Amino acid sequence: MATAAIRTRELSKDYHVGFWRPRPYRALDRLSIEVAPGDVFGFLGPNGAGKTTTLKLLMQLVFPTSGEAEILGRPAGDVAVRRRIGYLPENPYFYDHLTAEELLDYYGRLFGMSAADRRTRIPATLDRLGIGAERRLALRKFSKGMLQRVGLAQAVLNDPEVLFLDEPMSGLDPLGRRDVRALMLELRDQGRTIFFSSHILSDAEALCSQVAIVAKGRLAAAGRLTDLQEFAIQGWELVMAGVPAAALDRVRPRARRIVTVAGDRYVIDLPPDGRPEEMLRELAAAGATLVSLNPLRETLEDVFVRRVAQMGDGAREGK
Amino acid sequence: MRAVGSVAVAVFRESVRDRVFYNLLLFAVLLVGASILIGQLTAGQDVKIIKDLGLAATSLFGLFIAIFVGIHLVSKEVDRRSVYPLFAKPIRRGEFILGKYFGLLLTLLANMAVMTVAMYGVLYFLSRGVPPQIQGAWDAPAMDPALLKAIALIYLNLAVVTAVALFFSTYSSPMLSAVFTLGVYVAGQFNADLKHFDAVVQSPAAIALARACYYVLPDFAKFDVKLAVVHGLPVSGSYLASTAAYAVMYIAALLFGAVVLFSRRDFK
Repeated sequence: MATAAIRTRELSKDYHVGFWRPRPYRALDRLSIEVAPGDVFGFLGPNGAGKTTTLKLLMQLVFPTSGEAEILGRPAGDVAVRRRIGYLPENPYFYDHLTAEELLDYYGRLFGMSAADRRTRIPATLDRLGIGAERRLALRKFSKGMLQRVGLAQAVLNDPEVLFLDEPMSGLDPLGRRDVRALMLELRDQGRTIFFSSHILSDAEALCSQVAIVAKGRLAAAGRLTDLQEFAIQGWELVMAGVPAAALDRVRPRARRIVTVAGDRYVIDLPPDGRPEEMLRELAAAGATLVSLNPLRETLEDVFVRRVAQMGDGAREGK
Repeated sequence: MRAVGSVAVAVFRESVRDRVFYNLLLFAVLLVGASILIGQLTAGQDVKIIKDLGLAATSLFGLFIAIFVGIHLVSKEVDRRSVYPLFAKPIRRGEFILGKYFGLLLTLLANMAVMTVAMYGVLYFLSRGVPPQIQGAWDAPAMDPALLKAIALIYLNLAVVTAVALFFSTYSSPMLSAVFTLGVYVAGQFNADLKHFDAVVQSPAAIALARACYYVLPDFAKFDVKLAVVHGLPVSGSYLASTAAYAVMYIAALLFGAVVLFSRRDFK
């Protein structure tokens, strides 16, 4: 079996809160996940769920209270493995006094790139992220969206095998979001592994092959979006126009409910095993026309809300 | 080593862009202004005053840079979270600390080099046209190379102060680091007195405490040979070497402590 690109085992992190009587607050509780090479892995959860803590543990910006984390088969924090990864922190900050070019030059040196390599790689990376003439301006003059692009540029500068992105769409306008999605898909097509955290659900649904959902520091669900129980089809919504009354009466016993939209247009709500294709054929034979047919699923938002509610409201005391 | 060098160059560049070198303008104004004002004094006295003033100003300006840039070296990166993308790169935390330290030493070196040249320039103009027989009666020649000994020790002194500031800034806020570093600097000026504390107090506990402080705190008085140099008294090579060795050991201990503390730190 191929080495996992990312693996955590029972990874936990307690922070100590309170000045006089510090008590542990469990930010992450026994997280075990595995990301296969080439996956786009969505690490999802509401704010404060433990997503950033997990990324910080993987980057060894904080040290685990217990458990292990590995990247490309090596312990998190291994300096050699950092040549092969890229990381975009949430709301990244870079040195005000540097230009985008100088920043990438600094990081390029840390990666051990030669001067010739930096001369070709840096402009190409900036072009790829749509950073034009402003690359020669000090970063203090950059907007939040432009800084996010610079953050992405530095994350892909070394052509990483594994990319960690903490809320990559944060601060971007719709065009920026589209560009970042395109970049992520391009990297996926090149066989890169992408681990990205987000609380923006449509991004995950559009990009991820695998997801893990965390809430209150714990893993709530993990797997392929389509395989997760939460996202199984819970019914069908068939919308037909020009349905004769007799045909409607024939199908009524098989529907959960039928709602009249306007005139002879109806929304027919079917159970998961309601065989919508058969009903569609039958109604079409009676002279009706198809308007739309959609599967009914719980949205990620619903899952978040339900999972958080299930976990209760108590403070997360460390173990 | 490459990572240390890259961070050091970045610190130097930041110092330049943050206008740290503007202090040189003030230094030049001070020195040139003073030389004009004291131009009426007896020849020889003015040279001595310029040497005194130049060395004192070099020391003071350097101290400001060492403390007030030093305390922000690490804390600024942690507070602003620029360490997040940085430590995802192939650089160890220890290399980061060393790079920051050597970068500020480089800044101080450039700063002091310009001040030294400026001081020698003013001394040259003051002594120009003074007959050799009068110059011969002075305690030391105007363009005395021994000034470099005093400057070298000032630099070593600042190197220790920078290490102290960096050490504190790895785990405390800039404000506290500044207070601690200034405290150590002031206490270090009187360190030699602590050694002989038993001559002035009776309490064994106080004597033991003073003795412990003597060994822990740096002895900054060792680095001050300004008076001797200005008055043409000799400063031996062996004294310079032993003081340099003391500084290197003290700095090594502080940097080791800073690296150990910083390497275990969580960036919340």
